[in-house]
Amino acid sequence: MTNEHLKNRLTEKFGETLSGFEETYGMLTAIVPAAMNLKVMQFLYDDEALKFRFLTDIAAVHYPDRKGEELCVVYHLHNLMDNVRIRLKAYIPIDQPDIFTATALFSGANWMERETYDYFGVNFVGHPDLRRILNVDEMDYFPMRKEYPMEDPSRVDKDDEMFGRGGSF
Amino acid sequence: MGEGFFATTLDKLVGLGRKNSIWPLPFATSCCGIEFMATMGANYDLARFGSERMGFTPRQCDLLMVMGTIAKKMAPVVKQVYLQMAEPRWVIAVGACACSGGIFDSYSVLQGIDQIIPVDVYVPGCPPRPEAILDGVMRIQDLIGQESLRRRGSDQYKALLESYGIQ
Repeated sequence: MTNEHLKNRLTEKFGETLSGFEETYGMLTAIVPAAMNLKVMQFLYDDEALKFRFLTDIAAVHYPDRKGEELCVVYHLHNLMDNVRIRLKAYIPIDQPDIFTATALFSGANWMERETYDYFGVNFVGHPDLRRILNVDEMDYFPMRKEYPMEDPSRVDKDDEMFGRGGSF
Repeated sequence: MGEGFFATTLDKLVGLGRKNSIWPLPFATSCCGIEFMATMGANYDLARFGSERMGFTPRQCDLLMVMGTIAKKMAPVVKQVYLQMAEPRWVIAVGACACSGGIFDSYSVLQGIDQIIPVDVYVPGCPPRPEAILDGVMRIQDLIGQESLRRRGSDQYKALLESYGIQ
């Protein structure tokens, strides 16, 4: 099963709604509209020739410059029988970051979606238990968004010179 | 020849006993925990300092050895473990992450365990060599040997615990 074949199967089923086909390091990437993410994944799961039955990862990326579709939720699926991987990207706007949950299809999506919610604030509609998983429960912001620095905000004793900011350098 | 006798103060005798029989509680979180495993091994033996028995329960241990990165989510756990220890208790922060957050200057890492519990000895290093950890334990031994028996009831100690919000 080549990427060409995969791309043909997807376009004949979903037509023009899938776009942005790329092949990075041998892995086919497709951009899926956010409302259709479950349909595409279900098709890839059920089809007897395609059999993408393993969810490797769910991640998100924040592109502050893409207005109207700042957050990108990335699904990595894997066909264990034929060793083929595919990446699906779904762009969602940051003021309403809703996307359907994949938990009904893949149980492994449960914690991965919690992590994506914890760090980017992506709201997975229909998730059974969407709450923070790695950060402190009381945290009130989404740290991996680009506007927040990685450094701890409460330190008072940092020597700016050692960090390359100001000082006598 | 008659029997010999030994004159000393009770403080020193109790200190001698305490310092040569420390039961540590290894709170090993990350890489420093592996260095600690090396320290406990036969080559850099920690057992010869009296720490043969590593009790993994705070109820029976004297020395809380925090080794490794403590995330902010783990901080209440460390505090709870410290609270469950009985007096007299000492804390040693092993490694850069326990001392000050180390290399992880991040929103999720606690920048030093002395933000939540009082620490007696800091062992810097990333990770510190087993000899450095042993040196830290020997400094704790010095502290224990010289500690006054009345220290835990003193006002200064109570003020120290108050500053951490510990009753």
